[in-house]
Amino acid sequence: MMMTKTKKPIALAVGMLLGLSVATAQATDDMSLHISPQSQPAPEGLEDYAHGDARSGYIYATEETRTLQDDDFENPAFLWVEKAQEQWSTPEGDANKSCQSCHGDVESMKGVGAVYPKFDPEIGDLLNLEKRINRCRSEGMQATPWKWESDELLGMTSLVKMQSRGMPVNVSIDGPAKEYFEKGMKFYNTRVGQMDLACKHCHIDQNGNYMRAELLSQGQANGFPTYRLKWQKLGSLHRRFRGCNNNIRAEKLANGSPEYMALELYVTWRGNGLPIEAPSVRK
Amino acid sequence: MNFRIFKRKLASAFTLCAFGGLTFGASSALAEGSLMRVSEPNLKPYTIVDGTSIPDSLSGKAGNAVNGKKLLVHRKKGNCLTCHSAPILEEEFHGDVAPPLEGVGDRMSAGEIRLRLVNPKVINPDTPMMAYYRTHGLNQVSKSFVGKPMLNEQEIEDIVAYLITLK
Ligand code: HEC
Ligand code: HEC
Ligand code: HEC
Repeated sequence: MMMTKTKKPIALAVGMLLGLSVATAQATDDMSLHISPQSQPAPEGLEDYAHGDARSGYIYATEETRTLQDDDFENPAFLWVEKAQEQWSTPEGDANKSCQSCHGDVESMKGVGAVYPKFDPEIGDLLNLEKRINRCRSEGMQATPWKWESDELLGMTSLVKMQSRGMPVNVSIDGPAKEYFEKGMKFYNTRVGQMDLACKHCHIDQNGNYMRAELLSQGQANGFPTYRLKWQKLGSLHRRFRGCNNNIRAEKLANGSPEYMALELYVTWRGNGLPIEAPSVRK
Repeated sequence: MNFRIFKRKLASAFTLCAFGGLTFGASSALAEGSLMRVSEPNLKPYTIVDGTSIPDSLSGKAGNAVNGKKLLVHRKKGNCLTCHSAPILEEEFHGDVAPPLEGVGDRMSAGEIRLRLVNPKVINPDTPMMAYYRTHGLNQVSKSFVGKPMLNEQEIEDIVAYLITLK
């Protein structure tokens, strides 16, 4: 039987069979299990969008798309952000409170977007920004939580995350978060769908190659929520996961499902050190 | 009821093959002269010889190379240009994640190409290339594709017939 040279992901798979904790110990030391080692430094002028071997999707985007993202007046995502700015100080719900009532100016959210998803000891589960905001709506404001892919939630998530623009992604996988990290990593390396591909086949093994007209990036999360030209709309990271699942004829999982939450932690962690770009623009 | 038993039989037949051949077979069952019979739900059974080739046509009929070329390009069928380039100049964007298909008819026999399409993981378990004739052992498949192969037996034969002309 022909065998290609044993690649590290195989070692990882074996490691996972032997015991997850062993796998992570090696895993976090050796970044090549998570990100394809880059032979070239980041292109000139784009150094800020790289960290170690991690590369933002911005580097793979076309000149036109980057220009759209760079100018807040051109970036279509700002239609949503502007509405969220009004929303921030609009009281709602049975408690008749606004975000402002409890948090003050939105600038107080600086740094918050860089550390989510994050384990919340109070509820004993992982929260991403969307879930955190909705918790404030249901608990603090006693208002109905926003639907996952609603304009309101996308806009507010962008507004909050935007306060950390340029700051390095810095999610923690220590303590109780570790279990989620391991689950997310396992999902990332599991073949799914009729086409039987794992995330890693496209975003690690084939990073930098073309699949027809698509240049494969590392599938980083630092730009989300993203305005996609294809969607003509702002969209969440989980919407992207659903799209990447659907393209290989895999069942799409629910937004906010435990699988996608764990995946979000893993995917975001792979990009620790990349700058927050939300709201980014992608093809 | 009958159908359920039938399906279970097929599944267990495949499991036998999988353990006898694919998993431990890397060195033993797939050695020279070995034959591995594979049967999966909804698919015609076939035989892998030496772990390298499926010499017999899946449909029992010859393939049609002209149709094979169309299926190879078609985005809802082979969509092979996602990863491979091929000497099909009228198509814009060819992928570069896999070896060019040009000259594949010189490098490989029809039987070797057939196995490549049916289940490339027999040759390289870590390949990104999908098994085009497989229904078993997959996870989280979209409801509308469960139990269906990517290509049917005659479509595989048509593509094999086209590839063999690429000399
Ligand atoms: C068949 C190949 C393929 C697979 C498998 C795949 N993706 Fe993607 N993914 C793409 C393509 C193509 C794009 C758009 C171009 C790019 O950014 O790579 C993309 C984009 C993304 C992006 C957006 C990147 C950005 O900068 O905006 C994320 C995040 C992502 N994928 C995550 C995943 C995850 C998580 C999985 C596994 C559930 C996955 N992908 C599986 C092909 C794939
Ligand atoms: C009734 C008071 C209240 C209201 C109203 C409220 N929040 Fe909160 N919010 C909290 C509390 C309490 C916390 C948790 C304590 C903390 O971490 O600051 C929190 C935490 C957060 C966090 C995470 C902060 C961090 O450092 O991890 C975000 C983001 C957030 N709120 C956004 C919002 C948004 C957006 C709104 C309006 C839609 C809102 N909140 C409305 C009380 C409120
Ligand atoms: C998702 C990417 C992908 C797709 C789609 C794909 N292949 Fe492949 N194929 C590969 C890779 C990668 C290899 C290299 C060997 C390996 O990975 O085992 C390969 C190898 C081959 C080989 C052996 C070539 C050689 O010179 O050794 C043939 C023949 C082949 N593919 C035919 C096809 C055909 C025909 C289709 C469409 C029905 C197709 N492939 C679709 C990725 C792909």
